Amino acid sequence: MRYIHYILLPVFCLLIGASLNAQSKKGVEDLKTIQQHKFDHGDEHDHDHHGHDHGSHGHDHSSHDHSGHKHGSHDHAGHSHGKHAGHGDPCGHHDEKYDPTGTAIHHISDANVYSILELVRIPLPTFLYAPKAGWEVFMSNKFKIGHHEDGHMSHNGYVMHHGSVYRVVTPGFPLEGNHEHDCFTHKTVKDEKGKDKVIDYVMYGGKEYQLEARSTFDGGILGGGITSFYDFSISKNVLSMMLVALILFFLFRSAARAYKQHPNRAPKGIQNFLEPMFLFIRDEVAIPFIGEKKYMKYLPLLMSIFFFILGLNLWGQVPFLGSTNVTGNLTLTLVLAVIVFFVVNLSGNKDYWKHVFWMPGVPTFVKPLLAVVEGMGLFIKPLTLMLRLAGNISAGHIAILSFIGLIFIFGDLYGTMGSSIGTLLSVPLTLFMLAIELIVAFVQAFVFTILTASYIGAAIEEHEHH
Amino acid sequence: MIFLISFTPFQPTFGLAFWSLVIFLLFWFIMSKVAFKPIAEALNKREHNIQSSLDQAKNARLEIASMKAENEKLLAEAREERTAMLNEAKEQRNKMIAEAKEQAKAEASKIIQTAQVEIESQKKVAMQSLKADVGNMALDIAEQVIRKDLKSDNAQVDFVSSLVKEIKLN
Repeated sequence: MRYIHYILLPVFCLLIGASLNAQSKKGVEDLKTIQQHKFDHGDEHDHDHHGHDHGSHGHDHSSHDHSGHKHGSHDHAGHSHGKHAGHGDPCGHHDEKYDPTGTAIHHISDANVYSILELVRIPLPTFLYAPKAGWEVFMSNKFKIGHHEDGHMSHNGYVMHHGSVYRVVTPGFPLEGNHEHDCFTHKTVKDEKGKDKVIDYVMYGGKEYQLEARSTFDGGILGGGITSFYDFSISKNVLSMMLVALILFFLFRSAARAYKQHPNRAPKGIQNFLEPMFLFIRDEVAIPFIGEKKYMKYLPLLMSIFFFILGLNLWGQVPFLGSTNVTGNLTLTLVLAVIVFFVVNLSGNKDYWKHVFWMPGVPTFVKPLLAVVEGMGLFIKPLTLMLRLAGNISAGHIAILSFIGLIFIFGDLYGTMGSSIGTLLSVPLTLFMLAIELIVAFVQAFVFTILTASYIGAAIEEHEHH
Repeated sequence: MIFLISFTPFQPTFGLAFWSLVIFLLFWFIMSKVAFKPIAEALNKREHNIQSSLDQAKNARLEIASMKAENEKLLAEAREERTAMLNEAKEQRNKMIAEAKEQAKAEASKIIQTAQVEIESQKKVAMQSLKADVGNMALDIAEQVIRKDLKSDNAQVDFVSSLVKEIKLN
C-alpha cells in the first residue's frame, strides 16, 4: 500500500483529463447553440481570428455565462474566416482548435485585471491618460471582462482586449459612456516595408472598428507603438510588485526588529530564513566584487535587486495566484537595467572612464577601437541584464504553459482518451519544469545581482598601473 | 514575425515602466533604511562580537594555561621547599638528639660526679659518725668490761676480742 499514490496519480490524471474534455465538449455544444442566434451578414472578411485556448480543452466554458451575452461568442479559432464559405460572421464560432502559442503569450502578459484561473477576476484601478481627452480613472470591471480577458463593454472609447486597454480609432465608435460590443478580430497586413503587421478590430453593431496599437514606447519594433493615450493603470504586474514589495518589507522589518532587540542572539525564526541569503549576497557577491571598504554603500541596492527579483520570480510561480510574469516582462527588467546603468556610471571613477575611452597599456592605434567597443559595452551590459532575466523567466512560464497545453493538444487530436494521456504526460513534465523554475528563480536573481556587483566593482576599482 | 509582434511581455509599456520605477526606487529607499542597512550593521556587530568573544575565550584559555604552568612551577617549588624543610628538620632533629644526648651525658656525668662527691662526703660523715659510734661503743664496752672486771682473765680476754671482732665487722 506504500506505493498506492503511484497508481492513484495516473488514475487521477485520467479522470481530470476526461472531465476537462467533457466540460469543453459541453462548452462547444453551448457555443454552437448560441451560434444559431447569431446575425450573419456574410461579409467576406479575411479575418484571422486569434486562436486561443478554446474548445476541446480545459477552459471551463460552462462557467462563463456565454448565453448571457447576446453576441456572446468572442471566441475565435485559429482559422482564416474566409475559408468558411457561407458564414462570414467574424464573431462566428468555428472548429475550436487549441492554440498553444496564443495561450502561452496571453498567460504571461500583463493585464488590467487579475485573473485567477477562470474563476476569479479581480478588477484593477485603471488610469488612462489621453493628451486630447484627459484622464480616465475607473475600475477595470467597467469593461465587463469575460473569457480571454476580453471586455464586452466599451468605456469612453476604450475597450479591453486580452487584458490590455485599447483605444478605438475608427470614427463612429461611441467615445462617451458604456456600450456593449462584440468580439475582437484581427487582420494581418503587410506594411510599407513588407513586414507583417497585426491590426486589431472590435465589432460593434455589426461593424468593425480599428483599435489603436498597444500603448508602448518601443516605437513599434516589438509591436505596439506610441499611441494617443498612455496607460498608467495599476496592472496585474504592478499589483504583484506592490504585494511582493510589501511582503518583503514586512518580512525584513520583523527580521530587522529581531536584530535590534536581541543584537547578539543566534538567528531565530524569520532571521533564519533571510540571513543565509543575506549573508550569501554580502559575502559572495558584494564583498568580493566591490571590496571590503566600499561594499556597504552598494549593499542596499544589491539586496533590493536580489530580493525584489527573487520575490517576484517566486510569486509568479505559485500556482493559482495568477502566475504573474513580472520579472519576465521586459519593462520591469528595462527599468532595473536603467537603474543599474545609472548607478554604475555615476559611481565610475577616473580610472573607469580612462579604461573606457583611452585604455591604458595598449598601442595607441588600438585605443580608439577599444573606446568604441567599450563605449558600446556601457549599454550592452545593462541590455544583457534586461534580456537575460526577462527571457529566462518568460521562457520558464512558456515551458510550463506548454506542458500544461499538452492536455489540450492531445485532447484535440484524440478526444477524451487523448486528454487523459496528455494529463498523464503533462503532470510529471510540469512538475519537473516547476522544479527547474524554482532553481531558475534563485539563479536569475543571483545572476542579475552578481553582474550588477561586478559592473559596480569595475566602475569603482582602484587600479594600480602597469 | 507574428510571434514577435504579438509577444506582449516584451513590449515596454509606459505605465508598467512608471510603476516599476516608482515601486523599485521606493523599495530600495525604504528597505535600505528599514532593513538592509540595520541588518547589515547588526550582522557586522554580531560578527565582531562573536570574533571578539572567541578571541577573548582564546586569550582566557592561554591565560589559564600560563597560570596552570605557573601553578605547577609554584607547586614544584613548594614541594622542593618542603623536602628541603623536611631534610633540614630531620637534620635539626638529629642534631638536637645528638646534642641532647651529649648534654644528657654531660649532665649525667656531672650528676654522677656530684653524687660521688656526695657519697664521698656522706661516707666521710658516716665514717665520722661511725668512728664516734665506735668510740662510744668502745667506751661502753670498756665500761662494761670494767664493771665485769674481775670475774676472770679469760673471760675478759674473750670478751675484748669479741668486741674487737664486732668493730672490725663494722
